[in-house]
Amino acid sequence: MATERDLVVLGAGMHPWGKWGKNFVDYGLVAAKAALADADVAWRDIEFVAGADTIRNGYPGFVAGSTFSQAMGWTGAQISSSYAACASGAQAMQSARAQILAGFADVAMVIGADTTPKGFFAPVGGERKEDPDWQRFHLLGATNPAFFALNARRRIDVFGDTVEDFALVKVKNSKAGVGNPNARFRKEFTLDDFAGSPIVSDPLRLLDICATSDGAAAVIICTPEYAMKKLGTLEGTVRIRAVANTTPTYPQVRLELPDIATDSNAVVQAPALGFKDSIAHNAYEQAGLGPEDVSCAEVYDLSTALELDWYENLGFCAEGEGARLVRDGVTALGGSKPVNASGGLASFGEAIPAQAIAQVCELTWQLQGRSDGHQVENAKVGLAINQGLFGHGKTPR
Amino acid sequence: MQALSSDTTTLQNVTTTERIPAVEGWFTTSEPYTLIGAKCTGCGTVVFPPRSGSCPSPDCDGTELEPTPLSRKGKVWSYTENHYAPPPPYVAAEPFEPYALAAVELEAEGIVILGQVATGVMAADLSIGQEVEVDLQVLYRDDEGVDHWIWTWAPSAPKGSA
Repeated sequence: MATERDLVVLGAGMHPWGKWGKNFVDYGLVAAKAALADADVAWRDIEFVAGADTIRNGYPGFVAGSTFSQAMGWTGAQISSSYAACASGAQAMQSARAQILAGFADVAMVIGADTTPKGFFAPVGGERKEDPDWQRFHLLGATNPAFFALNARRRIDVFGDTVEDFALVKVKNSKAGVGNPNARFRKEFTLDDFAGSPIVSDPLRLLDICATSDGAAAVIICTPEYAMKKLGTLEGTVRIRAVANTTPTYPQVRLELPDIATDSNAVVQAPALGFKDSIAHNAYEQAGLGPEDVSCAEVYDLSTALELDWYENLGFCAEGEGARLVRDGVTALGGSKPVNASGGLASFGEAIPAQAIAQVCELTWQLQGRSDGHQVENAKVGLAINQGLFGHGKTPR
Repeated sequence: MQALSSDTTTLQNVTTTERIPAVEGWFTTSEPYTLIGAKCTGCGTVVFPPRSGSCPSPDCDGTELEPTPLSRKGKVWSYTENHYAPPPPYVAAEPFEPYALAAVELEAEGIVILGQVATGVMAADLSIGQEVEVDLQVLYRDDEGVDHWIWTWAPSAPKGSA
């Protein structure tokens, strides 16, 4: 059941995740060439290049679309460069999708790559007293894990989750990641490993929090007509049915990175749907699909506890019931609703601008039955979701 | 509070010098200690940190916001404890001592505000729903020996409030 707005994922490619400290462009080139080869499309034929930006690699990172185009060899293609923190790749995806749907291009590349520093993510340099990202570090020492931890603590005290429930997410994802050649950490963790893992931000331990990684991902997307001409059939092609990049609706009453405070709901009432619920809602609505239709999902497990939130935001269970899904193996490979069959961020670590695109690569391969070693049986519909700093979100199918 | 000796010296300093806030205009530096938000003169919406130029409500055209003191007391919405020194621009003490952060809900304003928890009060001492109030403490001392102060959330129930 195709819709008029369906686009086809013609090819996907990645540079494996790791920590080598090479130029991010080098990783991007590997992913770009892999995606082109997978799509059997020549670089010169790409009409639009949507780059996802990295802010920790100097100026070339701010103009990623241009940087990768130059590295591959200028072809006069149209370009965009998108930054939305963790959702940068999702915005790049939407940028390319909108261009194609508007009729400005038939085939596009979406690409992101990153080289990350060690340790905590810190704001970019310089004293910027008006910058909320700078303020939260300077005034409070409110690191990203601290925000994840506030959220995890709510789950424990309000829903009755335990730290063992959180650990089960890592156990599940690390087990799946062992079978994924693009994952950085291919080691299975057990609950016993958690006892020796130092607490970073109580109640979260180091093993609960995703690392930062180098990596790159690219996809080639096109109109069904272009794919038809190329393949002679649309049989077996992966379609992008929905991409939602959603802002919160005022008042945003859930404390979210990097803000020090929520909006006030004293004068204007909070919206019926919370921010993260609304991202999924928009994507489902666009796609004409619901949570029951989803075969597998890639969610942003920046922390183990956050993955449980996503189950609820995606409608896989009611609020407060996320832990039950991981306890019962529902979201494990082989369960009825596998989540992060790729191994997730737990196995990859985050390469910010590449991660959302990598989620789409992983789903593409799952839907095509090409995920040897971590394949979800009979996957028909995939969903990826993440959230960027300052309120961006996304979900392709 | 079971004051650390360094705190005692700082407190003595303060009797003779003005308290320099680590950020301008977000809280009072003399008693009663309160956070300062901005209130839209049009619709009455309150925002923290204080801002100017536009009411944060999408339904209000207001451009005038005036400083407004926020409730001194609130209830803990969630909390955590940092076990590693945050990276700069945080000025971490050496050696680093773990400290707690709390997100606190101010009922009247309908806002949750994050803050450091008063030194010595740890995650194990906190619970969701617990009443806390605004206090001040030194965030860091700069190279010229000047102390920079920050608001904290301190348990309202005495934990040795002497």
